[in-house]
Amino acid sequence: MLLFVLIIEYENSIDTDENYAARIETKGVKVWYDDFNAIKGIDMKIKPNTVTAFIGPSGCGKSTFLRLFNRMNDYIEGFRMEGKIKLEGKNIYKNKVQVEELRKEVGMVFQKPNPFPKSIFENVAYGLKIQGIKDKKIIGDRVEKALRQADLWEEVKDDLKKSALALSGGQQQRLCIARTLAVEPAIILMDEPTSALDPISTAKIENLIFELKEKYTIIIVTHNMQQASRISDYTAFFYLGELIEYGKTNTIFTNPAKKQTENYITGRFG
Amino acid sequence: MVINAEQQRKLIKETGLEMLYLCISQIEKANEALVNNDDDLAEEVINTETRVNALDLKIENDCEKFLALYNPVATDLRFIMAVLKINFDLERIGDHANGISKYVAEQQLKIEPRLFTVLKFDKIFNTIESMFENIVIAYENNDVKSARKVFKKDKILDKINANSFKIIEEVIKKDTTIINQTLLLFAVVKKLERVGDLIKNIAEELIFYIDAEVLKHKKKK
Repeated sequence: MLLFVLIIEYENSIDTDENYAARIETKGVKVWYDDFNAIKGIDMKIKPNTVTAFIGPSGCGKSTFLRLFNRMNDYIEGFRMEGKIKLEGKNIYKNKVQVEELRKEVGMVFQKPNPFPKSIFENVAYGLKIQGIKDKKIIGDRVEKALRQADLWEEVKDDLKKSALALSGGQQQRLCIARTLAVEPAIILMDEPTSALDPISTAKIENLIFELKEKYTIIIVTHNMQQASRISDYTAFFYLGELIEYGKTNTIFTNPAKKQTENYITGRFG
Repeated sequence: MVINAEQQRKLIKETGLEMLYLCISQIEKANEALVNNDDDLAEEVINTETRVNALDLKIENDCEKFLALYNPVATDLRFIMAVLKINFDLERIGDHANGISKYVAEQQLKIEPRLFTVLKFDKIFNTIESMFENIVIAYENNDVKSARKVFKKDKILDKINANSFKIIEEVIKKDTTIINQTLLLFAVVKKLERVGDLIKNIAEELIFYIDAEVLKHKKKK
């Protein structure tokens, strides 16, 4: 009975606890591409060591919002932003912030695997070399560690000099994850990381995400509702540039508070 | 939800309603067979039990397919879970109708009308009928208010059941020749009280589906 009460209290505490130290916090974030208002004022707190899924129909602003966290939108013509995005309490859009430094903390995995036309080893070591690490022993150890974390080591350990482009799509995506992990970021952003993969490769990436959240904070954009419900702790539903609902995944997928969310996740609109 | 899934959901709801009407009819006929000592009607209920079982399997199968093929979430998931549980409850109600009818068909006991009166069978039948009416409205129109009416009525059945032992004891003390009849009616009261519990469960499932409110194991409803 006591255990039951504790479980209930624990479940409730997750939903109601607003006082945790957020890894990422956004306040009044608005984005424009020229005249188009893509994000219309979003406040959000992302809890450390959790997986947060961003869902919503195409064009709702979820990818734009995700890409704000490592300033990937900066290079887009006509991009303009208002509001604050804080990483560990520090505003990442201040002028003095070095984008390269920021991206060491906030890694990104894209929809389509994009390995460099180099060897498997060089792909993973690339970020480390950019950071100025020259010691071969350190680089070798970090490459192995990242490949192990990405669950790819056993498959490629004897072929590290082979071109990354010779790997399968699923392996390439795990290589890209290893490349991201090698520089030891705190946050990993994933923009539809499995949409180009078969079910087996998808399952491997999903398992990986589940394991990685122990050490990393992961934010994933996905169009796959089942994927969002399977792997995320929190889900945020976006629509027309607004954050409609944000909460625990098991609440969103069993009893969403907003009708719009329910209509979207049950496939009735979007 | 894609058109195909929407159609499947509608079909499952319709089959669920068919099961609900069938089980209501089974209980009503079983009660009538008991009061009128009508063997033929009792046999009819016993024979129709196979239809109840077939519908039970069909609904289970349809729900399983719906879960596997359409991965429902939110209201769709609650709907399918509710239908599965309601179906289980209805099948048990069907079993009770079958059980009562077996008493009538196999024991061939002509029960004295006064026993029905002292054990308040009229009130039991009316209460169950009224509870079923609430459930049909709630099921057809997603009407939580109608579902909630069931809880109070179930308490009437609980009370009659709780008092029945004492009443039967007194009746037997006065006339030992009717022991068989009273024991049979005692068993039927127990079955009908269980039917009331099962209807209450159905109301809880409907409220869970419509409002996502869990009432199971809660004292205050």
